[in-house]
Amino acid sequence: MADVLVVAEVAEGKLKKTTHSAITFAQKAAAAIGGTFSILVIGDGAGKAAAEAQGFGAAKILVVEDASLKNYLAERYTPTVAAVAKGYGVVVGTASAYGKDLLPRVAARLGAGYASDITEVTPENGNLRYKRPMFAGNAFGICSISTPIQVVSVRQSAFAAAEPTGGQSPVETVAYAGPSKAAERVEFVSFDQVKSARPELTEARVVVSGGRALKEKFNQVLDPLADVLGAAVGASRAACDAGYAPSDLQVGQTGKIVAPQLYFAIGISGAIQHLAGMKGSKVIVAINKDADAPIFQVADYGLVADLFTTVPELVKGIQAAKG
Amino acid sequence: MKILVALKRVADPDNANKVKIPASGEKIDTTGLEWKPNPFDEYALEAALRLTENGTQPKVRAGEVVVVTFGPKETETTLRAALATGADRAIRVDASDDKLDGDLVARALKALVEKEKPDVVLMGKQAVDGDSNQVGQILAELLDWPMATFAATIREEAGALLVGREVDGGVSTLRVKLPAVVTVDLRIVAPTSVYSTKTPSTHKYNDGVRFAALPAIMAAKKKPLVEVKLADLAPDQALKVSYHGFAAPPARKAGIKVKDVSELVSKLKNEAKVL
Repeated sequence: MADVLVVAEVAEGKLKKTTHSAITFAQKAAAAIGGTFSILVIGDGAGKAAAEAQGFGAAKILVVEDASLKNYLAERYTPTVAAVAKGYGVVVGTASAYGKDLLPRVAARLGAGYASDITEVTPENGNLRYKRPMFAGNAFGICSISTPIQVVSVRQSAFAAAEPTGGQSPVETVAYAGPSKAAERVEFVSFDQVKSARPELTEARVVVSGGRALKEKFNQVLDPLADVLGAAVGASRAACDAGYAPSDLQVGQTGKIVAPQLYFAIGISGAIQHLAGMKGSKVIVAINKDADAPIFQVADYGLVADLFTTVPELVKGIQAAKG
Repeated sequence: MKILVALKRVADPDNANKVKIPASGEKIDTTGLEWKPNPFDEYALEAALRLTENGTQPKVRAGEVVVVTFGPKETETTLRAALATGADRAIRVDASDDKLDGDLVARALKALVEKEKPDVVLMGKQAVDGDSNQVGQILAELLDWPMATFAATIREEAGALLVGREVDGGVSTLRVKLPAVVTVDLRIVAPTSVYSTKTPSTHKYNDGVRFAALPAIMAAKKKPLVEVKLADLAPDQALKVSYHGFAAPPARKAGIKVKDVSELVSKLKNEAKVL
């Protein structure tokens, strides 16, 4: 099955942390099939970002830089990624917004099968078997891909970020293959970034999420708790829909999938779509007024209480406990 | 504007009966679950209707909305419901759910697009059963069309769509010239998410998808619905991804209720050791 190609995610001359999960997958998959893995670093500032791909044991680091790659568009990236992928058996990226947008397109260009959001990879008679969540995480499917090149995206929370262990991988520059015809009809207009000093939701050790019950006091109540814990802030779909929290913070089946060491669900009832995004968390705390809320069925520690009085108390308690 | 909307019927996982996995792990048992349209595809249909009307006169359709689904005869219920909310025509591609994968659906849709020649193909970003999130992207590549995935807003312009996409860390805005593929996210059905060139910018839609009135449900029975054979669209029906088994997610052991904040803090510090 040959070798594995990691499609790295680059932003502003840096390798995004999402890439480290795809590298972990690649290390496992390459070991399972007796091959090596390489890392494709494509995008604006790829040359600079490539230095951050060192130390993971890649056979090669392939760098593609071109002025027209400045703002990511699948139509511009796909031909090059697909051309490089032709020398590999497995192509992997992380199921971030970037990976989910780009990788199926790459698969289609290669005539390859695509399996998304993989949580586990195991060898099976010389091929690979992939485990992936379905039905909002209420079932897992075990699948395999029959095409000569296989394209997969991996769930970031299921593959611990790879740590560099040293060593230098040779760096090769690869020519940009040019845009696809479709690229003539798409134009990047803008990117409105949500600025936050907090850690990324998908990478935080602690996540504090709030539901619709917080209303306009969403930030007023949650910020002090997130501050004392150094946590990322998340939200239920209902809180996002109601405008209490930006959509980017939504945790759930179709939002962010998180698996922190500690997860607080504050005023979140626990619809299955929300559970799908957080039930991999190590320790779950739920605070809710409604003793019958389904969130208590997955919570390690549940507290039936009014959140407006409880959360400030909790902030003080944690401050005291941390000394 | 002519829009093709791909609609999938799914077993609703948001149901008290839940999906079950038999001990053999040979399938996902959806007995007792209700069939419903994939919510994201319903949102795509709503977006298609908004793009082909003046929002102040939603009964007059400016253009055509064609809905397509893949499935057995009974999936026509889903198509009739779409016709009742305003779609003009429906196509059912006769197929069995377990003999499809995202790639095959996209290849068949490509053949259908070449026949129907829509300006836009709209669909949900993912179906809530398989959770794959791939058909729109694959279709766009097969057609060599531009795409805008995870759309939260769409503004029609002359010969183009301005699409706001929900991505990691913010909103990315693209302009795609038609024809194009657009996959939609949750917030596409918010009151000010979608505007055709005919709809005044002051217009606010009701939040969510529209419902069919009884006369429209009756009228939908007379709207055209045709059946197409999968083999006529995709002669090669080999699957690229196949499933060998299924497993239930690991159960979380039941937790405890604490009586107050100080007990919670003490447990987090001393028992779970996460503080």
